Amino acid sequence: MYQYNKQDQLLVNERAQQFRGQAERFLAGELTPQQFLPLRLQNGLYKQRLAYMLRIAIPYGTLNSRQLRKLADISRRFDKGFGHFSTRQNLQLNWPELEDVPQILEELASVEMHAIQTSGNCIRNTTADHFSGVAADEIEDARPYCEIIRQWSTFHPEFAFLPRKFKIAVCGSQQDRAAMHVHDVGVEIVHNAQGESGFKILVGGGLGRTPVIGEVINEFLPKQHLLTYLEAVLRVYNQLGRRDNKFKARIKILVRAMGPDAFREKVEAEWVYLKDGPNTLTAEAIAHAQSFFQKPPYEVLDDTIEESTLQQQALADAAFARWLKYNTSRHKQAGHAIVTLSLKTTGYAPGDATAEQMEVVADLADRYSFGEIRSSHQQNLILPDVRKRDLKAVWEAATAIGFATPNIGHLTDIICCPGGDYCSLANAKSIPVAEAIQRKFDDLDYIYDLGELDLNISGCMNACGHHHVGHIGILGVDKKGAEFYQISLGGNQGKDASLGEILGPSFSQVDVPSVIEKVLQTYLDKRIDGEVFLGTFRRIGIEPFKERVYA
Amino acid sequence: MPKLIKDRAVIDDDWQLLREIPAEEGLPAGKIIVPLDYWLEQRDALLARGDVGVWLSSDQAPTPLAPDLETLPVIAIDFPLFTDGRGFSYGRTLREHHGYKGEVRAIGQFIRDQLFYLSRCGFDAFAIETADPERALASFDDFSDAYSAGIDQPVPWFRRHNQ
Repeated sequence: MYQYNKQDQLLVNERAQQFRGQAERFLAGELTPQQFLPLRLQNGLYKQRLAYMLRIAIPYGTLNSRQLRKLADISRRFDKGFGHFSTRQNLQLNWPELEDVPQILEELASVEMHAIQTSGNCIRNTTADHFSGVAADEIEDARPYCEIIRQWSTFHPEFAFLPRKFKIAVCGSQQDRAAMHVHDVGVEIVHNAQGESGFKILVGGGLGRTPVIGEVINEFLPKQHLLTYLEAVLRVYNQLGRRDNKFKARIKILVRAMGPDAFREKVEAEWVYLKDGPNTLTAEAIAHAQSFFQKPPYEVLDDTIEESTLQQQALADAAFARWLKYNTSRHKQAGHAIVTLSLKTTGYAPGDATAEQMEVVADLADRYSFGEIRSSHQQNLILPDVRKRDLKAVWEAATAIGFATPNIGHLTDIICCPGGDYCSLANAKSIPVAEAIQRKFDDLDYIYDLGELDLNISGCMNACGHHHVGHIGILGVDKKGAEFYQISLGGNQGKDASLGEILGPSFSQVDVPSVIEKVLQTYLDKRIDGEVFLGTFRRIGIEPFKERVYA
Repeated sequence: MPKLIKDRAVIDDDWQLLREIPAEEGLPAGKIIVPLDYWLEQRDALLARGDVGVWLSSDQAPTPLAPDLETLPVIAIDFPLFTDGRGFSYGRTLREHHGYKGEVRAIGQFIRDQLFYLSRCGFDAFAIETADPERALASFDDFSDAYSAGIDQPVPWFRRHNQ
């Protein structure tokens, strides 16, 4: 993974110093709360219902064991001994004291981490496919380009006070695991007929109160132009994006208002000035970025032999076999597998990890995965490079800390925002809803029979829980001061992204699990030939679900 | 006389910013900065008068000034709120697209914590509203290097450090 050079280190140290000065000036009354607000936000510091919340950047979801141990250490010393892995692949601490934040930033800087631009109206932490570099279906590793974007966007002088936040997602695999279509900019790595790398550029996707699927504005951008083109997009948005209404300020509203063709023309007109300028990537710069993401020293293994040993182990232990089937994924490298540690165990908030759990994961990474860990936007942790012969040991260790629930990609692997228990924006709680669903559907065979299913919960229309793109989405709404939940069906986050359709009037919290049961039963009754939930929904539409639920 | 930060030093500001043109008494004597609309209306008279600069509101891109950039000594860009970042792009396009060589001045509600980024976007003068502009100078040195290209350092980081 990327390693800081002296200058990178100097910049994050200087950022921590800068924030220390700003916090002091705020506490001394020299900065007003209004002035301090965007400054602290651009260092990841929010005010929540009961306390501050610090959002720490995990650039494109990649971290090493040393960093994860530091996160555990920080959560123990400055917080309540746990953290929350978010849908932005970041880590959120829920209870830091403002006075401690400068020191936390210095601690982070000591392990090449920071909280820069994890909030505020600026270019946020770039997210990526959490299987980048190891997925069997990969076209090209997204991480070097993510790192190039990270450097370009960090402290970008022109784009720190945009109309609204700006999120970029990058994916280089056949399957979109980065939700590219619902980001302000989606960057899809593609190869042309000559085998050259380039990018398909999508703009104007997003969730929130106006969910939109992004529009392609460039089918093939040759790779050297990545930054100049992004700069043109941002410059158009910075000047023309609406600033009179915060709810209409995202780029998606601008792209919709202008139309994608007119927006593209504006970008192209701006790009004339930037194209082939100093921000044009050199072959050396790309090679330099790629040099940090070379294959680790894999052991050369015979996959047939490894696989047959593994199958014998699986035959002898049904619980291990289940985990193997659902929580491991195909790896590029023979004899290896990708392990997803499930942070979706009933009774624990989705995405939460204690300091002890983080430390065990760091140990597992050191022992079995070249010291590397990934965080996913589905709020799980990943050990990207595990030998198949080590899977049993990893499973046992993961089981011991409650991270081996074999439910990845299924009903109880719920994406869930922190909701009304923490967040001041939320209309309703989301964690108890997730838990109630996990408790109701505790029969694994039933869950497996349902097949692939994304159930996403957001506590408000800001949609941090990505409810619009859940096959089943649940949205917390406020009805005359009471918490209610609106259900939507048919959303999807992949390359054939779609937005969920609202089922109908909302439900009280206590009714949600039984409503979900009726939705699932409708699917089971109507599905044909091993159809997944989304397939059935797309074939039969929402009416049969409505009839059943509101009967 | 009011103070101005110019080229990282605090100096007396001998330019008078006319937020509006006085209806009765007409233009005051001395160096004045007038609104863009007034400049476009009265261009010839103002050119004859001399000692005139133009200020842009945050929804006015500098494009209409393109023919006059050789003659205008000062272009001021207003920040009605410090969170309105359009001026950052205007500063940059003035320098990069139009090659403007005169003074680009920030006016309005910007704060010292933005001096580093503003100077990277081509601003070299700052009519900052603070009791102690000397203290604000420290913010120019918040960072000793930068990843992205800017007016101050047009060569991006990756061409300097990552080759």
